[in-house]
Amino acid sequence: MSAEGKLYLYPLWLRIWHGMNALCIIILIVTGLSMHYSTSILFKFESAVAVHNISGVVLTIFYVLFLAGNLVTENGKFYQIKTKGLKNRMQQQIKYYVSGMFKGETSPYPVTATRKFNPLQKYSYIGVMYIFVPLVIITGFALLFPETIIEDVYQVSGVMLTAIFHSIVGFFIMIFLFVHLYVASIGKSPVSNYKSMVTGWHS
Amino acid sequence: MLSSIRAILLLFVFSFLVVPVKSQMVAEENKLCIECHTSQSFTIHNDWTGMDETRLMNPFYILDTVRFVDGVHGAFQCIDCHSYEYETYPHNGELKLEPLMTCIDCHGGDDTYASYQFDRVEEEFEKSIHRELLGDQFTCSKCHDQHYYTPTARTSSNVKEIVEYSNNMCLSCHDNMIKYQLVSDKEKPQLVQIHDWLPNQELHFNRVRCIECHTVVQDSLMVSHNILPKEKATKNCVECHSSNSMLQASLYKYQNLRLRSGNAENDSVSSGEVYSGSFQFLSMNNIFSNQYYVIGASRIPLLNTIFVLIFVFTVAGIVTHAIFRFLKK
Repeated sequence: MSAEGKLYLYPLWLRIWHGMNALCIIILIVTGLSMHYSTSILFKFESAVAVHNISGVVLTIFYVLFLAGNLVTENGKFYQIKTKGLKNRMQQQIKYYVSGMFKGETSPYPVTATRKFNPLQKYSYIGVMYIFVPLVIITGFALLFPETIIEDVYQVSGVMLTAIFHSIVGFFIMIFLFVHLYVASIGKSPVSNYKSMVTGWHS
Repeated sequence: MLSSIRAILLLFVFSFLVVPVKSQMVAEENKLCIECHTSQSFTIHNDWTGMDETRLMNPFYILDTVRFVDGVHGAFQCIDCHSYEYETYPHNGELKLEPLMTCIDCHGGDDTYASYQFDRVEEEFEKSIHRELLGDQFTCSKCHDQHYYTPTARTSSNVKEIVEYSNNMCLSCHDNMIKYQLVSDKEKPQLVQIHDWLPNQELHFNRVRCIECHTVVQDSLMVSHNILPKEKATKNCVECHSSNSMLQASLYKYQNLRLRSGNAENDSVSSGEVYSGSFQFLSMNNIFSNQYYVIGASRIPLLNTIFVLIFVFTVAGIVTHAIFRFLKK
């Protein structure tokens, strides 16, 4: 579907998921940091625990929606891995971001109806949505029910290992968020991609 | 085949012979007392009927000799604490009313156990709600059973064991109407409901002691004995869940826990550190030798530094890229 050179790339369900996912992730980062450093700048500790737990459960519900949406709609095809020539495609995209775009070159992988993501976007999204988010959900639920965690792993607390792993994965999701928010400003105009995620139309 | 069956049978028989060994360690002088006070029944001559009668022993007067010999007073004679008149049988019924000795009667000014600081414990106890509400009725033995008490906090290297032992002392009254009614005519406290506000209540109950929140923590005292009124109990999560966690001065201060970390011999322990080494796992040496985790308090500085560096480099990268975009526009 297109109108005046615009592509309808983001259906309503995807935008709702994306918005809720973003909201939950931001709340989880803020409350997670608040608990880790025991600061009460934004949340009191007990509120941070409660809000973190609720946001984690909401994130999980919407993650299931994301998985289901990708299974039953065409959106799933954008996440299919193609290893052939992957290294070359990634290098091209990195080269564009590092130097090409400053020289006025056009993007090597512009957005089309059949290619929503450039190679860097695609594989970072696959990494985050199919590896990091599931890991943070699994470890998060384990910490929500700590009795399910193995007590000691070679004399180290299983809860401690799970918490450290949860923090590390959560931290990388936060780093992804920062980069994602910045890269999203590289579009027709600095705000066009943000608008797309609200309207559904890519320009 | 026959020989192996014989060996198994012999082992089986010996296993029964081994079990009573512990009870044989009860002081020789106690044997006469133990004879009845480990049995479910006793025989007494009834002067009224002129007959010997076998009766059921009051279950509260039956001694667990295995626990007794494991306890701090396991080597004692019964009449060290109980009246020597108990040596006469049948016992004089009046003896039940004899005032028993308290810890301080023996341990007050006791140089042998100076490290236990009994006098300071007494001072702290004097300020406690137990003392305030119940006066002389509330004796040490209400929590510290003289027959079976073991100083687990000093001897165990297992946090869970220390917690369980300590909490069972509280629960022996606060979750047991039989004992609770001895000192109070109030209804049994609804512990679960009262602590509803506590997130992960079961985990807290299993991993920290009641006294962590219900006493005034004293750095220099092994276990704080100033039990507070419930209104004054700590309800502030960050008292424990912070880098300056109160638990460092309470549950995790014990040297035995610190020794468990395996590198105590490499570190000097000053009183200021209050044996907090095992809690903090601040040095890399300690990271993989700890068995507990406290949100907000268990931080690994190296990991935090790596996080900060990655974050700074990411932001620097973004800012640099943005500046170039702006300049090349």
